[in-house]
Amino acid sequence: MMSGVVIIGAGECGVRAAFALREHGYKGELTLIGAEAALPYERPPLSKAGEIRLIRTAEAYSDNQIALRLGKVVTNIDFGSRLVFLSGGEALAYDHLLFTTGARARLFSGVEGCLTLRTDLDAQVILSRLSPGAKIGIIGGGFIGLELAALARKAGAEVTVIEAGPRLLGRAVPPQIARVLQERHSLEGVSLMLDTGVVGASANQIVLADGTLLEFDAVIAGVGSLPETALAEAAGLAVRNGIAVDGDFRTSAPQVFAAGDCCNFDWRGQQVRLESWKAAQDQGEHVALSILGRSVPYNKVPWFWSDQYDLSLQVAGIFDLGAPIHSRATGDGTTVVFQCDAQQNLVAAAGIGPGNATSKDIRIFEKLIERQTIVDAGRLADPSQNLKRLLAAT
Amino acid sequence: MAWIDACSTNDIDAEDVIRFDHGGRTFAIYRNHEDGYFCTDGLCTHEDIHLADGLVMENTIECPKHSSIFDFTTGEVETPPACNNLHCYKTKVEGGRVLVDI
Repeated sequence: MMSGVVIIGAGECGVRAAFALREHGYKGELTLIGAEAALPYERPPLSKAGEIRLIRTAEAYSDNQIALRLGKVVTNIDFGSRLVFLSGGEALAYDHLLFTTGARARLFSGVEGCLTLRTDLDAQVILSRLSPGAKIGIIGGGFIGLELAALARKAGAEVTVIEAGPRLLGRAVPPQIARVLQERHSLEGVSLMLDTGVVGASANQIVLADGTLLEFDAVIAGVGSLPETALAEAAGLAVRNGIAVDGDFRTSAPQVFAAGDCCNFDWRGQQVRLESWKAAQDQGEHVALSILGRSVPYNKVPWFWSDQYDLSLQVAGIFDLGAPIHSRATGDGTTVVFQCDAQQNLVAAAGIGPGNATSKDIRIFEKLIERQTIVDAGRLADPSQNLKRLLAAT
Repeated sequence: MAWIDACSTNDIDAEDVIRFDHGGRTFAIYRNHEDGYFCTDGLCTHEDIHLADGLVMENTIECPKHSSIFDFTTGEVETPPACNNLHCYKTKVEGGRVLVDI
């Protein structure tokens, strides 16, 4: 039986790892297993533009001798004999195994009947409901909920967003950034209900914590995601909010790796599980090198973006939302904030504005964070200070 | 193809990029860290994003939206998600003006 690298999970991370293995000279067998039937596609546009974009063309896989096994579910794995079993009983042998199983939409008890967004098929169902005048209830004021709210307003639907916390994006971004989005959604006519708990929901109803019953044409929940770890756990891998991996993205079993949304790793002293497209790509590239025995330190800064209406938000690094956050007074209708730790190391930055107005700044901040640059917060806050020159001086 | 006067050499900061629209098309004109001038198509090959909003580091441009990185001297993709290279156009500097062959 032929063996080689077997990758379980054909999302952004698994695809990136497969192509990176070939780019870095791997000549062995390479098999990419995906539970979904569709050719691997980009997930971010599903909640932003509602369109399908393939990650690579079908020819790219055949040209690179990457065997796609789509619509296949892995039933179990035997680490001892290095075999992966597919539904139907077929067994695939491996030398190296990579989990890139991603995450799935979380649903808490009592709201199981509402729609969620993860796959292209989920997006098709949701988009078909976003018609003019349709009443759409969205549970959760996080990124998925807010991007769908913007998409629904664009389609002419009436939108209500219900958030349990006192503000939008309470776990993800600084309040200065969330405020810009909150004002914009209100201006666009989205009804925002903050500090409002939900105790139950079905396809057409939401029950609030105070007993109020709200009726909708469709109810969508965007209340976070959970790592897909059931297979890894059943096979005996260490799992702690994601498959536990070391700096080379190795799991607790020999020759077995994990990367992307499904894994939990140490980033500068804190255990994190990232749910972002860029991290999935960065880690896919990195784990390919690890599989090839080329261990290099992982220093990619967590980075993500969100598009809502004509606003684009970018975040680099991980904010401690309980600690002070500085503003750079851009004065041009954009908002840029950043944070330093006690040693004056720049640790995180975020920007929001129309189009790509803040992206150059955030990219420079990202590089300063990557280099663990000690900064003078006062200078960074001063818009007359040229960020590019600060970067060149480091 | 014809040589078009696109801008002054001083219109672009060192290690930076500007957008140049001509004849219904959009281009990006770069000045690298050694004062070399280069021109490519203006939109990223991944999604139609203007590269002129991106960050130039030496001979590379990073798309402002999804972080694809291209070598603008050759057009080659250095980092995905873009899969296709950028088309490059010849440039020359005459009398403090940047001319592009488009």
